[in-house]
Amino acid sequence: MELIDQHTKKIMEGCKDRAREAGLSFDDETLEYIVTNRDLLELSPKIMIPTLYDYWVHDVEVLKEKGRYELYPGNPYETVINTRPAISFYNDNNPDWLNVMIFYHVLAHIDFFQNNIFFRHTWDYDFTGQALSDKRLIARLRAEKGRWVDYVIEFSRGIDNLVGYYSELSRLNRPQSESKRLDFYFDVFLQAERHLSITEYIKEIERYNDCLRQYGEKLGEDSFFSDADIKYPEFEAFFKKSLEKKSKYKGTDLLQFLMDHSDFLNKEENEWMKSIMQVVRKTSVFFQPQIRTKIMNEGWASYWHETLFLQDDRIKSHEVEFARVNAGVTSMPRVGLNPYALGMRMFYYIEDMVNKGKHSFDFQKVLDQNRRKDFDAKTGKGREFIFKIRENFCDFMFISTFVDQDFVTLNNLFVAGQRLNQAKMVWEYYVKSRKAEEYRKMLMDSLYHPPYIDVPADKNTSKTLYLRHNFEEKPLVAEFIANTMMGIEYLWGWPVQLETHEVFSMSPPAGPQEVQKEPDIEWQQILYTMENRKLSKRALGKMKK
Amino acid sequence: MRPELRKYYEELKQRGMSPELEERISRESDEPGTHDIPSESEYPLSGRSLLPGIYEYHDLAVLQSMSAPASPYTTCLRSVEDLLEQDKQREQDGFPRKIRVGRLIKPGKGGKDKIVVVPTTVEEKFIHDSIRPPQEGEGTGGSGEGEEGEVIGEEPVRSPQGAGSGPGEGQGGPHEMESSAYDLGKILTEKFELPNLKDKGKKRSLTRYTYDMTDKHKGFGQILDKKATLREIVETNIHLGNLPDPGDIDPTGFLISPNDKVYRILSREKDYESQAMVFFLRDYSGSMSGKPTELVVSQHVMIYSWLLYQYEKQVESRFILHDTDATEVPDFYTYYNSRVAGGTKVASAFRLVNQIVEKENLIKDYNIYVFHGTDGDDWDTDGKETIPEIVKMLGYVNRVGISIAEHGVSSGGTEVEKYLKKSRLLDEKPNLIRLDVMGKDADEPRLIEGIKKLIS
Repeated sequence: MELIDQHTKKIMEGCKDRAREAGLSFDDETLEYIVTNRDLLELSPKIMIPTLYDYWVHDVEVLKEKGRYELYPGNPYETVINTRPAISFYNDNNPDWLNVMIFYHVLAHIDFFQNNIFFRHTWDYDFTGQALSDKRLIARLRAEKGRWVDYVIEFSRGIDNLVGYYSELSRLNRPQSESKRLDFYFDVFLQAERHLSITEYIKEIERYNDCLRQYGEKLGEDSFFSDADIKYPEFEAFFKKSLEKKSKYKGTDLLQFLMDHSDFLNKEENEWMKSIMQVVRKTSVFFQPQIRTKIMNEGWASYWHETLFLQDDRIKSHEVEFARVNAGVTSMPRVGLNPYALGMRMFYYIEDMVNKGKHSFDFQKVLDQNRRKDFDAKTGKGREFIFKIRENFCDFMFISTFVDQDFVTLNNLFVAGQRLNQAKMVWEYYVKSRKAEEYRKMLMDSLYHPPYIDVPADKNTSKTLYLRHNFEEKPLVAEFIANTMMGIEYLWGWPVQLETHEVFSMSPPAGPQEVQKEPDIEWQQILYTMENRKLSKRALGKMKK
Repeated sequence: MRPELRKYYEELKQRGMSPELEERISRESDEPGTHDIPSESEYPLSGRSLLPGIYEYHDLAVLQSMSAPASPYTTCLRSVEDLLEQDKQREQDGFPRKIRVGRLIKPGKGGKDKIVVVPTTVEEKFIHDSIRPPQEGEGTGGSGEGEEGEVIGEEPVRSPQGAGSGPGEGQGGPHEMESSAYDLGKILTEKFELPNLKDKGKKRSLTRYTYDMTDKHKGFGQILDKKATLREIVETNIHLGNLPDPGDIDPTGFLISPNDKVYRILSREKDYESQAMVFFLRDYSGSMSGKPTELVVSQHVMIYSWLLYQYEKQVESRFILHDTDATEVPDFYTYYNSRVAGGTKVASAFRLVNQIVEKENLIKDYNIYVFHGTDGDDWDTDGKETIPEIVKMLGYVNRVGISIAEHGVSSGGTEVEKYLKKSRLLDEKPNLIRLDVMGKDADEPRLIEGIKKLIS
């Protein structure tokens, strides 16, 4: 891997100036490397992070046909990675005009990484640096503990999609909360335990405010609680209990839960395992926003490379070549989903909608089709608005908010179905629906969505760890369950149980074939138990959908 | 029904046959199928969408047309040994093995088959599975014209017998089938502890020598090479100036140096001898469609690889397909890809092998292996024709291995199984003939189990 030459770097710097003028914002420093096929071979298993820790699975062809992207939050072939400075990778024989286009694309990605709040937790450190020190840590442990390091990596990676990404984010994005004692006193204790009437409750608030006025911020709270203690001597005990309960059974971060509460891991001789789990967890959390903003991120980058390239004075006369490449990137496929094309059209659509003032209650009130079409309040706020979207949205919100019938109709979109024609032995693709609702649902279904598995407090009273996979009308991949649970059992030190649902029976939809209906599915609740590395399975009950 | 089939049918009828057989015969023979080779395109068997999802797009490919590099299998192979060692250790540590040997073959035309051997693994996690009725694929996006319900495109389902979209497939560039198959054989032998050939003593020596008057030697030897000697003399005399005018040569004045005399002497020539001849026989009758063919072919690939390793690449293979008639096909590609159709007469294939062996006098020079894959159906229900052919074959072969991939319909075994057992050949000559019966849901480990049974 070597850096791009000075000539190309100068082009990049020119692109940065123009992109900044257009409103994008990103750090000054970036690194651009030329990569060969050989480099890519080494980089791709490490999700393009050159310093990621070594792990034998990286040397093996990994079968991804099942679950594909669901298994990994990171894209193995990204052009730009979210580090400080941001690093991007280039083919060494790109012509200048093409590099200009790619640079704009890359800069928009960097802008997205550095401004979208779903990336908030990646802003304060350089991941390559962190990864390097983690890599050294793992190498050192490997020298000491041998293959057991790899087992711990394997078992941790087995549950690295069950990390508390959102709790990590909320910790960073929530304004510093007031004292927990205070929250508990007013929000839980007085209401749920003491059942105070509204007037009494307001009196307490008044008393608190008085204390603050009298004694100032710090002392005020103390004096307030010393009075409260007299009034409700049991309060402290309740508060302590709530803290314990909360810390033990909170959220869906299984990896963190094991680190905090596993008897096995907290034995002195096993403490080192936790540092490895921490590395795996951190890596996973780092990549989470990438996969949750794929459509937006690519759409944003495509929007800007198109916009900025066409304005760039340096590469006049390459418009036709650009048009060809750009069409390849951003054209809507006849069948299939292209995140570049879809995301870019969404941004153009939103910009136009806001420019015309259609993102408003006034517009929603209009029901007449013609008037809707001609509606134009000329707000000129579109550009500003899409910057807000890129800051505050992720794919899920983006789609659920802005994929509406107007968008679907405007771009001639439809849900494509696929069915087997047994007479001709062909798969047929057909137009299944042109309804926005269906199209949105199809998009939602194709988004990354790890299972929601938590540790319910009421079931975890013994040594056995009880995991609950919350029902979302999706079964787990059955063949992966055994090994994943074996890993959890190893890390937990005691038996592990998993409650989930499986398809009991599926009957094809009634009625003629032309009318496409969802099949009737009967679900069965299943309890898997992993004990001494042996998996057993028991049905808990049936439920009809 | 084709006339020759009709004749055979009548013949069978005269001998008497059960109603089920009659039904099966009419089912197979009325099928309009042919044995042509499907076109080269590959399609998945299931309704899994071929279209890339949103997460399969990435900048390097889309913007810079840098496709995902194919990992050269050699780099993988280098670590194969370590990986297998590590896997063994895993087992000892009480965890299940994790490395699978990636399959296997990508047939190309003209014998340019590619076998890609890659160690593969999968990282297991709790992830969602998709549920949908078997006849329906995943919904995806689309754009453009078309009414709701309108079919906008079709895509042929790959013919069911085209096996081999297995793991590791399609991952590498072109590799010589030989070398990769050899590596696969090595892995199979080592990892799956397939037996080494026991009768190594009986093996003919790897090289044989022939003696021939081919080397030249100056000064002395057995036979004077006159032409070469004359050339040397002329050359010497040109140097000496005894040949002033090429138009008028006077040989009487020539001087002859001792070194001008060129003799031929006896020398030892290496002659490589093929050690093994393997006949692969595949039933490609109509009843073989789908899983049975896939299993049989996969197993044959592995057997072929294993023998290649065992014989240090000194293996020749012949491929024979049969329905009611047997025919030899030139390469593995045709063997692998020919479509199933027609009726079943197992005897035809064995007869053809016997004929080939006799005609080409193969017994003298080769260890002969015959592997036959079938679903166990045979119109010749009691093996009246087949058994004599097999008996004849047992006179010269090192091993006959018959694998039956059962459909799982008939009780008490298939016809081939029944008549083989009845003939007691299996018990009398366990060293020469083996039978392996597997269900049609057999997986790779089961196939390897089967190989062990066939060749141990």
